[in-house]
Amino acid sequence: MVVTIEQGRWVEIRSVVLHAGERAPQVPEDTRQVPLEMRARGFLARPARPGEEALITTLTGRQLSGTLVSVEPAYDHGFGTPVPELLDIAGEVRALLEDGGGDR
Amino acid sequence: MSAASYAEIMAQRLGILQRSTGLNYASYARGTIAFDYRGLFEDTGYDLETVQKVQSTTAVGNTPLVELHNITALARTIAPAGKGARIFVKDEAANPSGSFKDRRASLSIHAAGQAGYPGVVAATSGNYGAAVASQAAKAGLRCIVVQEAFDSEGIAQPEIAEKTRACEAYGAEVIRLSVGPELFYVFLRVLKETGYFNASLYTPYSIQGIETLGYELAQQVRAATGNFPDMVIATHAGGGNLTGTARGLRKAGATGTEVVAASVDLGGLHMASNRDFNRKSFTTGHTGFSLPFTTWPDRADVPRNAARPLRYMDRFVTVSQGEVFYITEVLAALEGMERGPAGNTSLAAAFALAQTLERDKVVVVQETEYTGAGKHPIAQLNLARQMGIDIRRGDPAENVPGECIVIPVHPAQIAARPVDLDQVRRSYLRNALETLPENGLLSEDDREFLAEETRIPPEQLEAVIDELQ
Repeated sequence: MVVTIEQGRWVEIRSVVLHAGERAPQVPEDTRQVPLEMRARGFLARPARPGEEALITTLTGRQLSGTLVSVEPAYDHGFGTPVPELLDIAGEVRALLEDGGGDR
Repeated sequence: MSAASYAEIMAQRLGILQRSTGLNYASYARGTIAFDYRGLFEDTGYDLETVQKVQSTTAVGNTPLVELHNITALARTIAPAGKGARIFVKDEAANPSGSFKDRRASLSIHAAGQAGYPGVVAATSGNYGAAVASQAAKAGLRCIVVQEAFDSEGIAQPEIAEKTRACEAYGAEVIRLSVGPELFYVFLRVLKETGYFNASLYTPYSIQGIETLGYELAQQVRAATGNFPDMVIATHAGGGNLTGTARGLRKAGATGTEVVAASVDLGGLHMASNRDFNRKSFTTGHTGFSLPFTTWPDRADVPRNAARPLRYMDRFVTVSQGEVFYITEVLAALEGMERGPAGNTSLAAAFALAQTLERDKVVVVQETEYTGAGKHPIAQLNLARQMGIDIRRGDPAENVPGECIVIPVHPAQIAARPVDLDQVRRSYLRNALETLPENGLLSEDDREFLAEETRIPPEQLEAVIDELQ
């Protein structure tokens, strides 16, 4: 069941700015084969359903339209798991300094 | 956004840029290639003292200069006898939004406010977006940031994702795009539709905002050591950081300081490639920007770029991604400072170059930036691994951008690899000569301009040009 998202919720919309066949002449082949996409976030200006056309009011007060792709989109960038290749560096350089006589 | 065709908007480029910067770029033309570089700066009406006043009202600048005693000591354990200069860093992370970019943004926002623009727009995926958003927030101006943010699979570069979050935290609207140079078209459309100010990284406002960095640095080093710095290393991408810092050093009287550009080597990766986009672990400060912008600055979002790094650099070096990750860990472990990739690119170079200088010399890394989620080596290396890039400890000389990241096993492996500046100057001249109309001739103004741009002595310039033609 697709639920209607009420007006005022913080959402993300997506739209295609240039289709694959419309890319600038200077772009490399792999980029030319995909569209130029835009994503923007704002408050839903009127109720809409995911996957359908939606209108948002952005943080500057502009109105933009596109396909509603997510509600309260996550900031999911982070750190991730520790990287083993980095874990030993601190111990190694401390040891080098101690062996080097701490010439400061 | 209203529908307007690509060709239609691109054809309006000059008009949109003139209206959105308030600068009449056409009026600076001299000869065919030349333009009045000094005049472009003089007409902003800001001198160094005024810039300092503007920046002090928003807590920008006056950042600490920190001597890295332990990293200097580490360099001395591997340097030849008597070598190992003192390494200092200008802790620009202390600026309000966490990087030196606040200096660049401050003057643009001040100028936009004075001229009555209701808001500002910036095309940037990096710290500059957060800086513009932060300064705009203080000035009560609206702000839109246009980013190149994700590939065709929707995978965001983690550092850019962090900038999206920061810009939104400062109240800016963020337009996120997939990979491609047509970002400029979207940027022009936004400028046209909103009537906002173009807070370009490449206007004279942006460069004058950085002059205070070089000026402060020179004074702080002299206060701490009795002399001006022997060498200042600037992480180099579009050229503004190096240009503004070098101009500030000169204004302070530090004319004998060697100015070094340092970039991460991303040779072989295409900057407009959707595939390569997430195979880079650095979003800026790399050769994908620095080589094109050094050899032809006028490829930016303004008709004439005020950042002209070839005029100011004495030396240009590259370091590898693995070396920067390594020195980032060292900075945290030995100096208790967790900082981001931008300044650490220069720090990797400084670590190598300090070993070539006497112990009483002073090398300064002229910026740090904040780090954290998305910007940290852990985040970048996890993405690299997800993209199939081989990550290992070993000899960083084996590093291949986009294929493997080799993290040194010993600090003695860190190297600052020279870029041949004579070749860079020739590339610049080749690009300049390509802009001449067919059978077009260089005027006296053009020759003088090209000599200043390349620092090739005027009496030698003719021979080099003849050879290239």
